[in-house]
Amino acid sequence: MSGRDLVDLEDLDEGEIREILRMASGHDPPRATRTLDGKILGLAFFEPSTRTKASFTSAMLRLGGSVVDMGEPSTTSLAKGEGFSDTLRILSGYCDALVIRHKLDGAARYASELLDIPVVNAGDGSRAHPTQALLDLYTIGKIKGRLEGLSVGVLGDLKYGRAANSFILAISRFSPKVLYLISPPLLRPRREVLEALRRRTDFRIVENPRDVIGELDILYVTRIQRERFPDPEEYERVKNSYVVDLELLKEAREDLRILHPLPRVGEIRNEVDGTPFAAYFEQARNGVPVRMAVLEWVLGHGGA
Amino acid sequence: MEELRVRRIREGTVIDHIPPGKALKVLSILGISGSEGTVVAVLMNVESRKLGKKDIVKLEGRFLTRDEVDEIALVAPTATINIIRDYEVAEKFSLTLPKVLEGIVRCPNPRCVSNVPGEPVVSRLELVDPERGLYRCHYCGRLVEVSEMEELLLQ
Repeated sequence: MSGRDLVDLEDLDEGEIREILRMASGHDPPRATRTLDGKILGLAFFEPSTRTKASFTSAMLRLGGSVVDMGEPSTTSLAKGEGFSDTLRILSGYCDALVIRHKLDGAARYASELLDIPVVNAGDGSRAHPTQALLDLYTIGKIKGRLEGLSVGVLGDLKYGRAANSFILAISRFSPKVLYLISPPLLRPRREVLEALRRRTDFRIVENPRDVIGELDILYVTRIQRERFPDPEEYERVKNSYVVDLELLKEAREDLRILHPLPRVGEIRNEVDGTPFAAYFEQARNGVPVRMAVLEWVLGHGGA
Repeated sequence: MEELRVRRIREGTVIDHIPPGKALKVLSILGISGSEGTVVAVLMNVESRKLGKKDIVKLEGRFLTRDEVDEIALVAPTATINIIRDYEVAEKFSLTLPKVLEGIVRCPNPRCVSNVPGEPVVSRLELVDPERGLYRCHYCGRLVEVSEMEELLLQ
């Protein structure tokens, strides 16, 4: 049985992405299986996480495996000054695959080179969150019946938001009709993301969601953090332009669906939750089937 | 003209057409400190038809190979290499950007894992666009231009 890493969706070809999505639909709704019977998944979350960690745990248990959790960073040997690589090497001796989240860009890549077991990136700095992007794609496929040819808007912090970054790069590979990048100028995507997009798809940089809301099939919303603005007044000035409420949605097409990686803190008003536009809770539920597929894929049970 | 300032070398390497003021950087990239005991001639800011001004480095008794010189392109992309045998140019070549820079240039992203002190991680930049002189950090994906690299040299 072979193993492989999932560090970045950019490492996978389209066929591999589709394979994982197909495997995910086989686990939806999630039911107990024994495909990873006796396997142990290590959880190395150097940054706090609730949803991602819980859904990986749930996914592993559904597959008949079990988990070893490194625990909170403040209580681990890291707090005693142990190096990152030492912690990972030691933990890797206790498990068959490792899920890692870390605040530094490239941490998962580094871990994957350091360790002999498969490494799954559960978020590295502001760079990538590939399992989130897979569940975003999976959700779109499920609610729209296709990934290609959609008009997609991505709204919020497109510079530092890893979920937004991974989603933008992921959806750009499925020939969107148009991809709108909607953010304050300060939070536009990083150069490497824009360069990759230029080779792939038609995208437009937009400042105001009102200008494009009427065209969209999918609106992907992410949080804009106050800390990103050197000038607090600037934040106060722009924040309301990026809030999704019923007023904004008056212009929306009936079949628009809204995604959000969650947690949200007011950027989608609660009044939107009961409308047919809201797909973010459905999206969150898809975390378990998609992560079941990812775990089988990295541990070599792919393409059954 | 400049040939008169420092005598010609008999055997070794002449690195010509270095942008003015970069000769010491070139020596540093080559790891030449002067303590090797061989003759090293450094000319700075001499007249050049091609560049206006230029630096020249002459290394007596040392024959650089293509493999060791490409990193010079990071600080002196215009440099040309002349291998001298018995006072004659035996071989001449220009520089091409190395495909991979490992442990030579640090990633400019302070939040990149390759910049963590105390970790046994080696910086790695990969050439993605030779025409624009564009590299990408293997770890964080940051794009780095050759023109930025002088300030990012490790050592």
